Amino acid sequence: MPDASGKVEINCTVNSEARTLHVFPMARLLDVLREELRLTGTKEGCGEGECGACSVLIDGALVNSCLVPVLQVEGALIKTIEGVATGEQLHVVQEAFIACGGAQCGICTPGMVIAAVNLLERTPNPNEAEIRAGLAGNLCRCTGYMKIFEAVVKACQSSSTTKTQRHREEPGI
Amino acid sequence: MFLADERGAWKPFAGGTDLMVLFEAGKLLHKKFVNIWNLPELRGIEVTTEHVTLGALTTYTEVQANETLQEEFPMLCQAASETGGLAIQNRGTLGGNIANASPAGDSPPALLVYDAELELVSARGSRFVPYHGFHTGYKQMLMRADELIKSIRLPRRTETRHHYYRKVGTRKAQAISKICFAGVAQMNGDQIRDVRIALGSVAPVVVRCQKTEDVLRNQKVDATTVSAARAELAREISPIDDIRSTANYRLQVALNVLEDFLTNL
Repeated sequence: MPDASGKVEINCTVNSEARTLHVFPMARLLDVLREELRLTGTKEGCGEGECGACSVLIDGALVNSCLVPVLQVEGALIKTIEGVATGEQLHVVQEAFIACGGAQCGICTPGMVIAAVNLLERTPNPNEAEIRAGLAGNLCRCTGYMKIFEAVVKACQSSSTTKTQRHREEPGI
Repeated sequence: MFLADERGAWKPFAGGTDLMVLFEAGKLLHKKFVNIWNLPELRGIEVTTEHVTLGALTTYTEVQANETLQEEFPMLCQAASETGGLAIQNRGTLGGNIANASPAGDSPPALLVYDAELELVSARGSRFVPYHGFHTGYKQMLMRADELIKSIRLPRRTETRHHYYRKVGTRKAQAISKICFAGVAQMNGDQIRDVRIALGSVAPVVVRCQKTEDVLRNQKVDATTVSAARAELAREISPIDDIRSTANYRLQVALNVLEDFLTNL
């Protein structure tokens, strides 16, 4: 039940760390991550679920954190961009974004990386259509998408040699 | 119980893909919300010999993954795959799409041509209503303030049917429809034995186009039939100019998509 200020206690796990939050139940998960937990890697773009800049994973599913009231993450496992690397060791997707020039201004990048990481978790060997569908909800105004697309292809190749063959067979990549 | 005690004061809140946008913009009249996202009673897809029943909280992602829906109700899966992007599909629910009552929803045309029924529940009990006719005007529906959509029930059909779904938007992903068309037809040789057509974004509600269906039933698909159907559909829909498109464009595209449906039977 809410306390006198209207706040409630929410328990969840963020980037493998158990957290207890005292928050307004209808606060956006995005704001709680950025302002309460100071995890400012997650960005706000449009604030209405159109651009994907605020993408995070809840229980392994890609979501727009601007559309999730924090009361709905009670007991959930949340992963943000800060939880993608392992210590100093970047994720293969992050390495590939650097190698391919997949980031320019950087606002879409955390969401793009999270979406790409999620794609590779669900589909370790995605084809062109699956890559496009996996990133379809993430908008970028700088790169023209090709370098991001190439970064995801590179990340797949880095994590498995068998995929290289498959991507070579597909035209247009 | 909240819904019954203070009738109309509480707003059920599911995946938030529509309501959270309105809430943040200060456009929601409601000040009290009931979180229904975690209710197991409203989840899951059940397949019996007669029906496929989808809990109201079935997400677009879950719709796409269900094999029975893929085989027998492919337009619902296609609509789900073309609604928003993955992050929206993981949170957006079929029940929410219905209760949001937008005339631009992507799944309602498919639900209409598949003869969907809704199970509405309240503290007083439960009742089934046909989805056709459920939306009575812009954002108006035949649901009482204390009722909640529990499930969506689709009757299974054994005969071979042609399914044709087409969403036309500004962009392939994330865009809200300019028009959305769902058609299902059963053929008898080169004649149309039965047909159902529904369109989104061409009227204050998503519409079943029964007069156009009547023009087509028991007809051969030839130039005369196509022309008659186009003329009837033009009378049956009432598209408007708005931020996403114009009345004229919507009308032309709706007629062209109808023709494409018919010539591909």
